[in-house]
Amino acid sequence: MNQFNELSLSEIVDEVKDGDLIGIPADYSGVPMEFTKELIKKGIKDLRLYCLPLTTIQGDMLIGSGCVSQIEAAAVTLGEFGLAPRFSEAVETGKIVIKDSTCPALHAQLQATEKSVPFMPLRGVIGSDIQKYRKDWQVIENPMKSSGNKDEPILLLPAVQLDVLIFHAPCVDKNGNIQIGRRRELATLAHASKNVFVTTEQILDIDLFDDELSAATCLPALYIDGISVVKNGAWPCALPGVYGADNDEIKKYSIAAKTQKGFEDYMKKYLFN
Amino acid sequence: MIELKREELLISQLADLLINDKHIAVGAASPIPGAAALLAKEEAKIQNNRLRVTILHSNKYNNFTDGARELFDCAAQGRIDTFFLGGVQIDGEANINLVGTGSYENIQKRFPGSFGSALMYFVVPQIILFREEHSPRTLVNKVDFISAPGFSDENIYRPGGPKFLLTNRALFKFNKQKKRFCLLKIHNNESLENVIKLTGFKFDVDDNLTNMSIPNENRINILRSKISYMVSEFYPEFADRIWGV
Repeated sequence: MNQFNELSLSEIVDEVKDGDLIGIPADYSGVPMEFTKELIKKGIKDLRLYCLPLTTIQGDMLIGSGCVSQIEAAAVTLGEFGLAPRFSEAVETGKIVIKDSTCPALHAQLQATEKSVPFMPLRGVIGSDIQKYRKDWQVIENPMKSSGNKDEPILLLPAVQLDVLIFHAPCVDKNGNIQIGRRRELATLAHASKNVFVTTEQILDIDLFDDELSAATCLPALYIDGISVVKNGAWPCALPGVYGADNDEIKKYSIAAKTQKGFEDYMKKYLFN
Repeated sequence: MIELKREELLISQLADLLINDKHIAVGAASPIPGAAALLAKEEAKIQNNRLRVTILHSNKYNNFTDGARELFDCAAQGRIDTFFLGGVQIDGEANINLVGTGSYENIQKRFPGSFGSALMYFVVPQIILFREEHSPRTLVNKVDFISAPGFSDENIYRPGGPKFLLTNRALFKFNKQKKRFCLLKIHNNESLENVIKLTGFKFDVDDNLTNMSIPNENRINILRSKISYMVSEFYPEFADRIWGV
């Protein structure tokens, strides 16, 4: 018997509540697209997306579907396929609140929560308009005599705890340890989230901790609240090491989503076929 | 020989700026810088020099194992010599804008966002600004939003900053003291008058202004026979469009 909480996809979807601050993995770390589809079908509202550090089609679909009230990110883009059209339109028309950030700040805010300290300092950023518009960030003079210049201004970022995180992983073992490989930002996200759910391609009847090589690729089960097997769960995004992105599909989306009408037609087929 | 593409000429210009590097990193949406870094690495190999290249959006050409934050930690530690940044707008003081046009609270056209620029611009010694479109709307007098500033006060920790700006028409060098760009090279089909007309900011002109150097046959061969396939791993659309691979 599996030693973890195996759930159906709809049970995971039910764990996400309106208004939640939800962790969004980047396109290279296992985007839970099948989960996202079900979340949109459920008609979730007022999600606050915390992207580490960016989102592509996942964020754009959630925004276009009216599921999002706020997004904190360093970028929202369809990469080679251009701008994220529903995101751009939503920001231009004031439909969502954007908390513009920069990649290392998004990491650092979660790292503060990992260590359970109230803030994290970061260099750079000072003098940018990102800093100017982030009222939740503060600049202090370096209080340490041991390192840096005494009068060096330094940026402090608040610790951020996520309500929930969902990502898609290549495989999990019989004890619920998740193989994340080099995508260690998933560990940062998980450590900083109250609840963590994982969709996965498969459950292996092995213990990843039996071997030093595979143990090093794991996110331990102790951080995980539930797991669901979902084949091709990242499609059309890539699952690094398992399958590549379906670029034809993403291109199709990028063209359709240029207008709200085109987006809605696309989504009807995407959600219900 | 097949005619040299504009993209290939730009890759070659960038590769010329990378010859003294030990570690080059390439971020998001950067097929031309990515190709240039891999080209510089191949050429260094021929000279028996070791050059490390980290391409963020690649699994194969990526030296990191500690997650997406490692690029920023590594850069802050001074272990990356060159990084590339772009911009929706770049101004004459090398401020860059990756967020959008118009006032921030009432944005006209929203672009993806600042990515890691607000740290990388401060800590990587050689930042090369790269923006293909050279027009008064991209090279502006003053950016609408500062994703990362071109220079900082003396008491701010800033070992890094802008060194060059390359567009599809010109190569500029940034003068930190004067806070001003200086035009070094122009595209072969380009005139100085036209570059001045299409640049939204004032700049100096180098006494030895020349044309962009055409890559030799050897370099073109490496680019087409080797680098093109490497690029197709992480920018398939670009590799297909330029080289049909």
